[in-house]
Amino acid sequence: MSVFILITLVVIVFGIIYQIAKASEYAAVLNGEEKVKQQTNKLMASLLVAFFLLGMYGIVKCHTALMQHMIPESASVEGVGFDNMFKTTLIVTGIVFVITQTLLFWFVYKYQSRPGTKAAFISHNNKLELIWTTIPAIVMAGLVVIGLKNWITITSPAPKDAQIVEVVGKQFNWLIRYPGKDGVLGKRDFRKINDENNVLGLDWNDKDNKDDIISQNGELHIVVNKPVKLIIGSRDVIHDVGLPHFRLKMDAVPGIATTIWFTPRFTTAEMKVKTNNPDFVYEISCDQMCGKGHYSMRGTVIVETQAEHDAWLAKQQSYWDVNNAPATPAATDTTAVATTTSTK
Amino acid sequence: MLHDATHASHHDHGHEHHEQHFITKYIFSQDHKMIAKQFLITGIIWAVIGALMSVFFRLQLGFPDKSFPIMEKFLGEWAKGGKLNPEFYYALVTMHGTILVFFVLTAGLSGTFSNLLIPLQIGARDMASPFMNMLSYWFFFIASVFMFISLFLETGPASGGWTTYPPLSALKEASMGSGTGMDLWLTSMALFVVSSLLGGLNYISTVLNMRTNGMTMTRMPLTIWAFFFTAVLGVLSFPVLLSGFVLLIFDRNFGTSFYLSEIFIGGRALPNVGGSAILYQHLFWFLGHPEVYIIMLPGMGMASEILSNNSRKPIFGYLAMIISLIGITVLAFLVWAHHMFVTGMSPFLGSIFVLLTLLIAVPSAVKVFNWLTTIWKGNLRFTVAMMFALGFVSLFISGGLTGIFLGNSALDIHLHDTYFVIAHFHIVMGVSAFFGMFAGIYHWFPKMFGRFMNNTLGYIHFFITIIGAYLIFWPMHYEGVAGMPRRYYDFTAWQSFNSFQGLNAFISVVTIVVFFAQLLFVVNFFVSIFRGKKVTTQNPWQSPTLEWTTPINPGHGNWEGPIPTVYRWAYDYKDNGEGGDFIAQNVPLKDGEEAH
Repeated sequence: MSVFILITLVVIVFGIIYQIAKASEYAAVLNGEEKVKQQTNKLMASLLVAFFLLGMYGIVKCHTALMQHMIPESASVEGVGFDNMFKTTLIVTGIVFVITQTLLFWFVYKYQSRPGTKAAFISHNNKLELIWTTIPAIVMAGLVVIGLKNWITITSPAPKDAQIVEVVGKQFNWLIRYPGKDGVLGKRDFRKINDENNVLGLDWNDKDNKDDIISQNGELHIVVNKPVKLIIGSRDVIHDVGLPHFRLKMDAVPGIATTIWFTPRFTTAEMKVKTNNPDFVYEISCDQMCGKGHYSMRGTVIVETQAEHDAWLAKQQSYWDVNNAPATPAATDTTAVATTTSTK
Repeated sequence: MLHDATHASHHDHGHEHHEQHFITKYIFSQDHKMIAKQFLITGIIWAVIGALMSVFFRLQLGFPDKSFPIMEKFLGEWAKGGKLNPEFYYALVTMHGTILVFFVLTAGLSGTFSNLLIPLQIGARDMASPFMNMLSYWFFFIASVFMFISLFLETGPASGGWTTYPPLSALKEASMGSGTGMDLWLTSMALFVVSSLLGGLNYISTVLNMRTNGMTMTRMPLTIWAFFFTAVLGVLSFPVLLSGFVLLIFDRNFGTSFYLSEIFIGGRALPNVGGSAILYQHLFWFLGHPEVYIIMLPGMGMASEILSNNSRKPIFGYLAMIISLIGITVLAFLVWAHHMFVTGMSPFLGSIFVLLTLLIAVPSAVKVFNWLTTIWKGNLRFTVAMMFALGFVSLFISGGLTGIFLGNSALDIHLHDTYFVIAHFHIVMGVSAFFGMFAGIYHWFPKMFGRFMNNTLGYIHFFITIIGAYLIFWPMHYEGVAGMPRRYYDFTAWQSFNSFQGLNAFISVVTIVVFFAQLLFVVNFFVSIFRGKKVTTQNPWQSPTLEWTTPINPGHGNWEGPIPTVYRWAYDYKDNGEGGDFIAQNVPLKDGEEAH
């Protein structure tokens, strides 16, 4: 019933608008086309200017309304460069935006056709054109320099002392592997994957794998102020490790290992205070469309102090032990692994 | 049909007097003007379907916890209980992108206006090959049929995004839409590429070979230059896309491993090794980026023409406009990898692509400044077409500037695949290109149908659309800066993004309003074809270009008598000595007058 009312309403509104439009056409014939044309011209010029002024006001309003929903300042050292560069680019483009839009709508008003006005015949001006080709070129060069400086920092090799963690995407969650005491991630082979007891296809002939820890609850534990290098992969389709708070993201591509590294600045606990939100949590979003569960492929990052991290790590069982220690009841139930690792 | 083709090639023979059969006149027509109308009307139908899809998925995004029984009426099983199924949400997003990018803003835009204007504005009786031109439309039509059928599959149409990245699009196990839906998508797109190539080759050869006497390249209106480069872009890049699709078809059906490697899916490890999923992205974006300009250039050309015409003033810096078109065309081929900064590509290569990408800002800025100086000191006449052309410039500035953020890899690494990207490309190549198209439709409607569209409806359409477009897309930049990812069905579980829920609802409401405003346009368009005010003068916009020297309702062959000879450039907006403020291209130079 409500659908019917809605449709009727739309049809009626359409009808009214259409009749008004028709009527205005007849009115034009009655009042003399030339006069109506002039009136319309004047009205349109004014409306465009009104649109511009309201638009500029709207931009300010929109800014104040939305800034309170923004995520906080960069939580990684490298992301600070992003924040600064974003501001610089915003100022540069903002200036260009205001100047060009103002000129556009100012000209619209100023040069509207009025009785007796005429256009000037100006076809080009080489000097002027040279100037406005050169200026954008110089400004762009400046932005490229700033950009590349940051780009080189972000993509440079990770520091030697960086913590290494592997993040592997699958439809639709993240598997996270820590190298264990030896600090080395063992080899893995996609042919050895099975969801029962080898979710990443670890090669058990490689002794480096024996102490590797896998967490299947999508929780990435890292240490504050210590660089962390993520080795990113995928089991099935392309995913993307998105770390909005750290201003980074990197694709997870099956068959190709990608990496990113960064240095977290604030622990999760510190962020809870900073954002005034006792439930604050860093989130990992999947930023590459990966299928029907794409939107639910959520991971979290726990940034903690070295002491907290060590304590957490000490409680973790290696994936080998989880699946092979006969005494552990969790051995046959892989879903329990996740729960045992997350509940402290 | 053969008769028509030979007839049209007799240039000076001219007009046809015999009655045409309904089928050869309206269906298998070889008249470029009729083909243009076919492209336009098919494009409008697709645009309505594509826009309606966006209304459906905006309802989900704006009101994730509500149900809309009306959706079930339209979508049936896909929206059981009035709530969109996630799988179908992705199908809608994918189809919305495919339809709007390819079927509306490529075929519907350059298919319409290149066809309509190239012969009319360069002084030719028809295209170089009217038969190929007809094929171009019919390939597009068959492509449309395949795509349309895919909407009714039980497993739904393709749902891997309009970019259809493998392995998601390659493996049936990865997503429901990657089965038959994807087969139909690939078939349709392959046919579409054929259509584009047939059209593009025709446009290029027509512009190069069929210009009338005196129509040198530098006397052509900027529309023709824009259509010419659009065709060049298409002809050079669509084959690469097709090759990418062919490899994808091989991977899907014949067990090859071009894009597949080390995949465990559906409980088993696939045998494929050694392929690269990234290879597809290179092939795709080698078209995908030029495609952006295939969409933009026609709008740029038409906006240039309409701004100049309604300012009663020559386009400022005609030569610079052509050079910047060349610059954009060349650079368009050298920037594709800026869509792939976060694929783990070599940082050095990334740097090169940053440099080349930001270089495009220079010719784009030149164009904007030239448009601004074109209206400067003009005598502005606000026809509906002019309003849309002005809106085009405003939107092009807004959307172009955000490209400077995304082109810089160090910023893209956070903004990539967020709502910032959605905002950017919808403003710059979505809405802006649509504004170019609307401007063109309102301006050349009298040439197409011998009638005017209703002005008042046009103005209402303009204001609702431009205000709505800014209301929808401007706030999305903020969501993007906060990291809100694209292609999410629901944000409620995400602490970082769910505070934008109120905004999402607002955007969805505006979307619905804007959608209905477009229906206003559609009504205006179709009613005006039959009942619009009749055109009574040959040159209603007082334009110097050749299309207005044809009869009000030109027949096949365009000019009754011989094709006019051209003596001057397309922008002679100066006193003609008889009270007029322009001199048509076919008026000989006066004694002592110098050609531009």
